[in-house]
Amino acid sequence: MNKKASIDFNQMPDAHGHFGPYGGRFVSETLIYALDELESIYRSLKDDPEFQAQFDYDLAHYVGRPSPLYFAERWTRETGGAKLFLKREDLNHTGAHKINNTIGQALLAKHTGKQRVIAETGAGQHGVATATVAARLGLECHVFMGEEDIQRQSLNVYRMKLLGATVVPVTSGSRTLKDAMNEALRDWVTNVDDTFYIIGTCAGPHPYPELVRNFQSVIGREARQQSLAQTGKLPDALVACVGGGSNAIGLFHPFLADESVAMYGVEAGGFGLGTGKHAAPLNDGIPGVLHGNRTYLMEDENGQIIETHSISAGLDYPGVGPEHAWLKDIGRVKYVAIDDDEAMDAFRHLTRIEGIMPALESSHAIAYAEKLARQMDPDQTIVVNLSGRGDKDILTVAEIDGITL
Amino acid sequence: MNRIKQRFEVLKQQGRKALIPYIVLGDPAADVTLPVMHALVEQGADILELGVPFSDPTAEGPVIQKAHERALAHGSSLRDALTLVKQFRETNAATPVILMGYANPIERLGYQHFIELALDAGIDGVLTVDLPPEEAGEFNQQLGEAGIENIFLLAPTSSDKRQKMVAEMAGGFIYYVSLKGVTGAGNLDVVSVKQHVDHIRTLTDLPVCVGFGIKDGASARAVADLSDGVVVGSVLVSKMAELAACGEASPRAFSQAVSSLVAEMRDALDN
Ligand SMILES: Cc1ncc(COP(=O)(O)O)c(C=O)c1O
Repeated sequence: MNKKASIDFNQMPDAHGHFGPYGGRFVSETLIYALDELESIYRSLKDDPEFQAQFDYDLAHYVGRPSPLYFAERWTRETGGAKLFLKREDLNHTGAHKINNTIGQALLAKHTGKQRVIAETGAGQHGVATATVAARLGLECHVFMGEEDIQRQSLNVYRMKLLGATVVPVTSGSRTLKDAMNEALRDWVTNVDDTFYIIGTCAGPHPYPELVRNFQSVIGREARQQSLAQTGKLPDALVACVGGGSNAIGLFHPFLADESVAMYGVEAGGFGLGTGKHAAPLNDGIPGVLHGNRTYLMEDENGQIIETHSISAGLDYPGVGPEHAWLKDIGRVKYVAIDDDEAMDAFRHLTRIEGIMPALESSHAIAYAEKLARQMDPDQTIVVNLSGRGDKDILTVAEIDGITL
Repeated sequence: MNRIKQRFEVLKQQGRKALIPYIVLGDPAADVTLPVMHALVEQGADILELGVPFSDPTAEGPVIQKAHERALAHGSSLRDALTLVKQFRETNAATPVILMGYANPIERLGYQHFIELALDAGIDGVLTVDLPPEEAGEFNQQLGEAGIENIFLLAPTSSDKRQKMVAEMAGGFIYYVSLKGVTGAGNLDVVSVKQHVDHIRTLTDLPVCVGFGIKDGASARAVADLSDGVVVGSVLVSKMAELAACGEASPRAFSQAVSSLVAEMRDALDN
């Protein structure tokens, strides 16, 4: 008997936010009340037709959904093997999937009446998406960003400033996404009365992993319908990059019960899995507790979180959403890694043969999908989540090419 | 009997308040912590709270964050904390020691294994910032069986229901966090502290100690008058940071520096 078949994926997490041994609420006492408040607001609005209608309306008219499912014909031909479809989250307003979630959380923030929102950001995409919804709703917005990322993603920093947000440089620890999240949590503890924390991925304490997943699941719901409409069947495989895991869970979740659909989450292999310099906790980490949840982490033998490396700032995170940790353990999703060089090659390749410039994060998914397609038959299909567009990465790529713009 | 309980009974008989200093293991150097612990006791510390450094100390303000970073820079670990307390016990069998830190280093060691080592080292209490009652269940039970007190935080934001839940699970004393914020913040509100402490007292017989935002004799006294004791961290750590920044390396200099601060607070509490 197949154990997976008996799992109701919609019943996860449990009432305490646990996905098997993962998830939960590992935060200091002061924040529990804010999480309780968030959870009760979310529960009261989740199935409220008016809230859902507002969310759908914003996604349609502000974000520009549904995003197309594009058959990449030339890429498919040149690769040889399964048909490759791109779920075009890069075409969303602000250029990535992140906006789906910030629209949802901003609607929740509005219901709390809180006038100030904060966010952490790595690549700056979530920061931009948060600054965008804050501008639209007239909310004060502070975005925490590691100093190193501020340099890597200077275009997005300037975008956030233009949108009226304050970008707060984080100089502690490794000065990247994890430290930005630490700082956001500290700000939240301090300003918990008037501040709503918009977390950018399906990590953090319960109920964030659940609500981010649910807001992002619009990706998978659309992809399901579009696949049926365009190919007459469900896709044979799904591929998405995994930083915290929000674009991946958004694509995967509506398909989890469809056993015929294989799923691949692609982590950042950095300089290579063997080097230890990567951001692939599901491939090469162990379970632990960070940022309010139990999940797979990159850590040393003393339980200290170690510095990660990826060419893409958005994947440069030592943890991963707890639902992915669980999906790995039960074997429903396979987690693989793509290194920096492979991702760069995929970035250049897709740009040249499809005229689509993927974000460096998404390039990891592109690279893996290509490998996978070659092992599959031409009558099979793969849906790849093109989580964002690559404009923000142009400076990084130019630097690799030795060009100063 | 557990040393924490014992200590509070003695304090109660004497009509005195507990003074609980906090320092970070291995800050700024490995050989500083033990002499500083002894110095704190000499100046009248009742219970010692030893911070176990963690790479992501989300509840700490900048002063204590930097202390964690200084300690981690030369590899201080939870194992080192256990070894150090064992050494401390060679010459001090009476002063209770609490380890304060985050869940992940303990998780890495293994909860049960940690408890064995903690018992062997002579640790009396554990305060794990990111293990609230909801997540502490099994560990709490194991600690209870081992006779190690699990100390919980209560915050100004804790609901009545949670205060009851914490009161039921907690051991040693209740650590009331005086403000919404991280360690080292400065916005102590004595009126609000009094209200909350009074309410907590209706729910538990455990002593209630107050921490966060206490920076001198006067604030220590003000808060101690409303509670059973005070936890003092950032001022001590910041004094040590000043010395470290000047290139000071002698453990004695650090001991002297914290001694005068702690002596001032002891005096304010007792007189
Ligand atoms: C375009 C893009 N894709 C993916 C990610 C990774 O996040 P997640 O794994 O939550 O989708 C980011 C994060 O910044 C991003 O900007």
